[in-house]
Amino acid sequence: MNKKHFLTGSEVVVRGVIDAGAEMMYGYPITPGTEVFTGWIGSGKKYLQTEDEIAAGFAVCGAAIAGQKTFTATAGPGHVLMQDGLSMAEGMRLPFVTVVAQRGGPSSGTVIYSQQEVTLACYGGNGEGMRLVYSASNLEELYFMARLAFNNAWKYRFPTIILTDGYLLKTKGVVDFSKFENLENEKPYPLVKEGEIKHWRNIFTFEEELFEELEKTKSDFEKMSVEVVESEEFETEGAEILIIAHGIVGAAAKLAVKKLRKENKKVGLWRPITLRPLDIESLNKNLNKVKKVLIVESSFGQLSKLVKDGIEDCSNVSFHYLQKPAVGIEAEEIMDKISNL
Amino acid sequence: MNKEINNSACKFCPGCGYPIVLMILEKVLSDMGIKEKSVLGLDIGCSLLAWNFLPINTFQTHHGRVTPTIMGFKRAKKDSTVIGLTGDGGAYAIGLQSLLWAARRDEPVTILVVNNTIYAMTGGQTAPTTLKGQKTDTTPEGVEAEPLDGIKLLREVASEKAFLARTAVNDVGNLKSYIEKAVETQKSGHFACVEILSMCPTNWKTKGVDTINKLNSLKEVFKLGEI
Repeated sequence: MNKKHFLTGSEVVVRGVIDAGAEMMYGYPITPGTEVFTGWIGSGKKYLQTEDEIAAGFAVCGAAIAGQKTFTATAGPGHVLMQDGLSMAEGMRLPFVTVVAQRGGPSSGTVIYSQQEVTLACYGGNGEGMRLVYSASNLEELYFMARLAFNNAWKYRFPTIILTDGYLLKTKGVVDFSKFENLENEKPYPLVKEGEIKHWRNIFTFEEELFEELEKTKSDFEKMSVEVVESEEFETEGAEILIIAHGIVGAAAKLAVKKLRKENKKVGLWRPITLRPLDIESLNKNLNKVKKVLIVESSFGQLSKLVKDGIEDCSNVSFHYLQKPAVGIEAEEIMDKISNL
Repeated sequence: MNKEINNSACKFCPGCGYPIVLMILEKVLSDMGIKEKSVLGLDIGCSLLAWNFLPINTFQTHHGRVTPTIMGFKRAKKDSTVIGLTGDGGAYAIGLQSLLWAARRDEPVTILVVNNTIYAMTGGQTAPTTLKGQKTDTTPEGVEAEPLDGIKLLREVASEKAFLARTAVNDVGNLKSYIEKAVETQKSGHFACVEILSMCPTNWKTKGVDTINKLNSLKEVFKLGEI
């Protein structure tokens, strides 16, 4: 049977969540995430169009407590509203899965593309950002992340976000699913069961009670981090300049590195696949080998802040930036920037 | 009984109406033999204090969000009985959109709205149900609008099969029968909401018979019965 399919990003996501065992989707239409919802509906699976993103988020919370693999998809201002439910999921340790299709911001901004929802995805709640956030750079990764998001959400019970954008969701290309055939699914389970009495809380009477909870959450998050962090190193061997980029800007940066290497320029790429937690060990290892770092992103520094937060020592490295919120960044622009460093 | 239940002291203020509602709810679910299959979702406000009050599975939610949360639970586990416990602010102000839509979609969930005409947990601020002319910290000149009749509003959008009613905590006969009907309605696949007029001596700043008199006076403003 042919395992290669010609699909859009949204279709890939839908296939990924179905293969991950998702049973239900709560959604509210918002560009550029709508096609994930309509694609899911088209697959014949159970769904509900809620009255707003807030209701979608809390319905996902309720379903997760009941033990159902459920998810939602949102974008921009909808993502802002979704933080209400995400914050509860973080506080109650619920396996909340959402796709976030970034668009320009702030406010209603633009409707297709940007990389300005990084901070919101990673740290949007009124807490410590105990979330697992993936950033996809191509169609195959979108599929893999959909699978991983459900597995890790149900294994570790932290809210899990697949961060993408309208460019990638609307991109159509060939995806080879054969390499994922042996990927197994984590089984869902109810958090409250018949025959036992449990109370799932998100509000505490005493400060000390919450402090204890948070310490445990932090410890669990750190244990999870070791197991889930992922990044891509590309042509970092012998590199003097390291480009750091994520998502589809990471894909453009990879192309730039390929071309620059042909010109014998010593440039490499470090691309975080998990934005939160960040693969700090790999980041620092690569930083120690280079003289210059160029952080490229469609934002005024949201990725840069995450990266700098993870750096142990950068005294020998000079930092340079290519920051263009709301607009795409092509390989040629990155190459020009490198030439002028 | 687990350790948490044994250790739980009543967290409600003396004279609060919530424990009456919870006691009757527990009786109804026990009599119907569905306590194990029941889940009590709690809104934010005084309702959150019920988290370990009964030997029933519970989960807390955010302010105004108990309706979509128990809806998500119910749709995932259809043989469960889900009860959402909320105040009048949670139901008719911040959570009104979800409440109306749950009624409009005829979601098989049961919502109990405890109406004490104020935001009690935060110290007695104006609620959608606060009486006309009543002064609170957030309307020191007195409320200008008539109080919102949430049950009547729900009737406008709910299906004919939805059960909608209002009673009071000092009318335990009706309170019990309405909660029974609300749960039966859920079991037959329809939406149910019971508003329960309740008392808050802490924020009303009333004692003894004055509290009961004030509660009874609310029955003049908010029409009791099924609609």
